[in-house]
Amino acid sequence: MMPDLGKYAGVVLSSYVVALGLIVALVAVSIWRARRVKAALEQVEKRSKRDG
Amino acid sequence: MSLWEYANPVKFIRTTDMVLPWISVLAVLCLVTGLIWGFFFTPEDYRQGSTVKIIYLHVPSALMAINAWMMMLVASIIWIVRRHHVSALAARAAAPVGAVMTLIALATGALWGQPMWGTWWAWDPRLTSFLILFLFYLGYIALWSAIEDDDTAADLSSILCLVGSVFAVLSRYAVNFWNQGLHQGASLSLDKEENVADVFYFPLLVCIAGFVLLFVALVFLRTQTEIRARRTRALIAREQRG
Repeated sequence: MMPDLGKYAGVVLSSYVVALGLIVALVAVSIWRARRVKAALEQVEKRSKRDG
Repeated sequence: MSLWEYANPVKFIRTTDMVLPWISVLAVLCLVTGLIWGFFFTPEDYRQGSTVKIIYLHVPSALMAINAWMMMLVASIIWIVRRHHVSALAARAAAPVGAVMTLIALATGALWGQPMWGTWWAWDPRLTSFLILFLFYLGYIALWSAIEDDDTAADLSSILCLVGSVFAVLSRYAVNFWNQGLHQGASLSLDKEENVADVFYFPLLVCIAGFVLLFVALVFLRTQTEIRARRTRALIAREQRG
């Protein structure tokens, strides 16, 4: 299944690991921050409604 | 219906909430298909060997690095001219995505360059302008974080974005401006003679579509986050004023 990358296997695989790692990290951080900020806003909105 | 209706934060969040799942699924589908096709089912290049497989990451990320800045430029101009907060926040949301795309382009370029050019790095016009573009991204992100008042931050970062656009354009056309350096011309061209062979071209197109969709999905999600963060700050400030 794995293609024969020959003598360049190291650089080809490193490229994929670095690029996909950065993309996954960016997506994960974006989703994590989106959830955190959404929860914080809901809390503040609830508090400001309660306090009038 | 006018495009400016989407400058309303509530309307923006409601609309992007509807399209975001579809764009995300399409992005994942294109990325998985394009990368698997390119990595497993394309042959080696007669000169580059298996390093040609790096093209499926390097070209789309470099393309997005430049186009993300161009999107930020348009959003910044809209902010300067029309003072729509959503456009300023969209530019802010796009910056980390563009920075990561630039970093991927620089890293994969260096990894490809070592066996092909015999060096990780050269002070070539395109490489240098890309490095400067990356530094502009970092500066833009830092400027937004350094200023407390959102409107002032949006004003100053918009000016920085206008200045940085010179380097975004240079990154694209540096090879044409200066006929020197190691970097080759564009891999994709409307001229069929200059294009890469079809066997590499079609999976590359799918990967580019995947990167574009990923960028759009992330910018929508991150802009929603910036809108909510801004509203949270405004509510907290109101509470503190009593």
